[in-house]
Amino acid sequence: MSTQTPAPVPAAAGRRAEDPIPHRIRAKASPRPGTWISAVVVVLVVLGLINFLITNPVFDWATVATYILDVKVVQGVGWTLLITVLSMVLGTVVALTAAIMRRSENPVLRGVSWAYIFVFRGTPVYTQLVFWGLFTVIVPKIALGIPFGPEWFSFSTRDYFPAFWAAVVGLGLNEGAYLAEIFRSGLNSVDKGQTEASKALGMSNGKILRRIIIPQAMRVIVPPLGNETIGMLKTTSLVLAVPFTLDLTFATNAIANKLYAPIPLLIVAAIWYLAITSVLMVGQYFLERYFGRGFDDRPGGVGPAKRSRQSAVNRAGTTPKDSLPEVEL
Amino acid sequence: MTHAATPAPTPDSAPTPDPAAVPGAAPVPDPGSDAAAGAAAPLIELEGVHKAFGDLHVLKNCDLSVAAGEVTVLIGPSGSGKSTLLRCINQLEEPTAGRVRIAGVTQGYAEKPLADGRWQKLPSTQIAHQRSRIGMVFQRFHLFPHMTALQNIMEAPIQVLGRSAAEAEKSALSLLERVGLADRADHYPSELSGGQQQRVAIARALAMDPELMLFDEPTSALDPELVAEVLAVLKELAEGGMTMIVVTHEMGFAREVADQVVFMDDGMILEQGTPDQLIEQPRSERLKGFLASVL
Repeated sequence: MSTQTPAPVPAAAGRRAEDPIPHRIRAKASPRPGTWISAVVVVLVVLGLINFLITNPVFDWATVATYILDVKVVQGVGWTLLITVLSMVLGTVVALTAAIMRRSENPVLRGVSWAYIFVFRGTPVYTQLVFWGLFTVIVPKIALGIPFGPEWFSFSTRDYFPAFWAAVVGLGLNEGAYLAEIFRSGLNSVDKGQTEASKALGMSNGKILRRIIIPQAMRVIVPPLGNETIGMLKTTSLVLAVPFTLDLTFATNAIANKLYAPIPLLIVAAIWYLAITSVLMVGQYFLERYFGRGFDDRPGGVGPAKRSRQSAVNRAGTTPKDSLPEVEL
Repeated sequence: MTHAATPAPTPDSAPTPDPAAVPGAAPVPDPGSDAAAGAAAPLIELEGVHKAFGDLHVLKNCDLSVAAGEVTVLIGPSGSGKSTLLRCINQLEEPTAGRVRIAGVTQGYAEKPLADGRWQKLPSTQIAHQRSRIGMVFQRFHLFPHMTALQNIMEAPIQVLGRSAAEAEKSALSLLERVGLADRADHYPSELSGGQQQRVAIARALAMDPELMLFDEPTSALDPELVAEVLAVLKELAEGGMTMIVVTHEMGFAREVADQVVFMDDGMILEQGTPDQLIEQPRSERLKGFLASVL
């Protein structure tokens, strides 16, 4: 209880006549020499690096400039993006299915999901890609019928399973096994009370999952999902194992081998991978914002989300005007 | 009570546990306060409901009946089984023994046992349908955080009852009006105070046009100054003739609104009767001790 306020200091009162808060604290920051020292060190290092990049003939920026927009390179970017997106879509669908199966009461489904994750997470992606590349050799024909009995129709896998799809399926199924664990922990992160409240309203298990659990789980799933997507972008460079030979890494390598100039084309590839990653990060930001709706710990929210919980509660006007009733005691 | 015509199966066909000795005061029969329904079957009947988690017996052979339009307040120390009893009514818990009937319909099981004496469980879709007739309000609200207040209320009528979005929105808005939150329709739960969230949760349950409402300590998670706004909504509901079972520590509310007060301790229903009988003239020492601690 500060009933006795100190007498106003005339000097301060005169200087800040219009300030509604008299005696406002005019703070002087405490010294932070570390900030300045680190800034100087970093500036020096960056200048040295720039000097190195410009003066070192190995980097050959003229070649980089020539090939950054080369047709083969740009097509490679397109194929890399396409494989990334399709394999992530496939991985997400497979992962969600596997994660839901892991939570099922049906022991058969649980077992199948466990076995899938065990095999596809436990073997190298390179090995899996080689396998999918050889799929048409291992399984030349797929037929629908009764085993040892009549066969209704069949088709040759070679006609329907080109290297591109082998790459997508190989990367997608491998990714699905990792994502399944991410999805499972995301689904588990949703408060059990949400399921109970939905059950009490008479919602079916499928609707509870679709309408209540998954939208909330996505908030937890999206950041690692973005991480995995960026990882996938670079894992696509392994598709030469299939072999699929149109992606960015293969295209730049081919040019480099032709020119005997590996370093400028590595830089070309690196610049493109960085550019795509930047675009993906923007996508992740919007996904995070969408699935974060209604949660107030959203970083950098805009619009209605900027309103803090306390300000919303205050505007509601249901709390007493006297914000410190305890003082009365 | 559209399906009250179903004849109640005889009690002796129910899977009752061995009638474990009930120490302390025997349950006092309800002396028909204003239950003019008299001979009519009660809306909610619990027969010998027993719940055990392993060796832990949370509910011991509980019998309870609530007439339509009646307000029952469940009181008792924490851990006495009040919430579990409530959760058995809408099958969030499965009783280990005994049975629950709403409007004469056995909850969760077929009406008659199978030839070998076992009870056929209902499929989950039918259990979901039975639950949809019972509104429930939780201590910690459990609003859907990714939906606005309005969307929270519209969700179940659209998804469960198959109403159109326009229809659901219209009734959701009138429910928000009823709980005094018409201007909060587009706010997310995180932007509402506890009392407001609980009132939205009540509106969400009411949107299903339930036959009865269960309240599991609806004011226990609220700051003291927000309790009144929620109790006001409960009182208005009771005056409107809603059948309600309320687990609460608000003795003033019990005294003012309840038709029947039930005191539970250690998983058993020890006393039941009108608020006057229980709160003003407690019989058992345990109830006297409990009342002394909360009043």
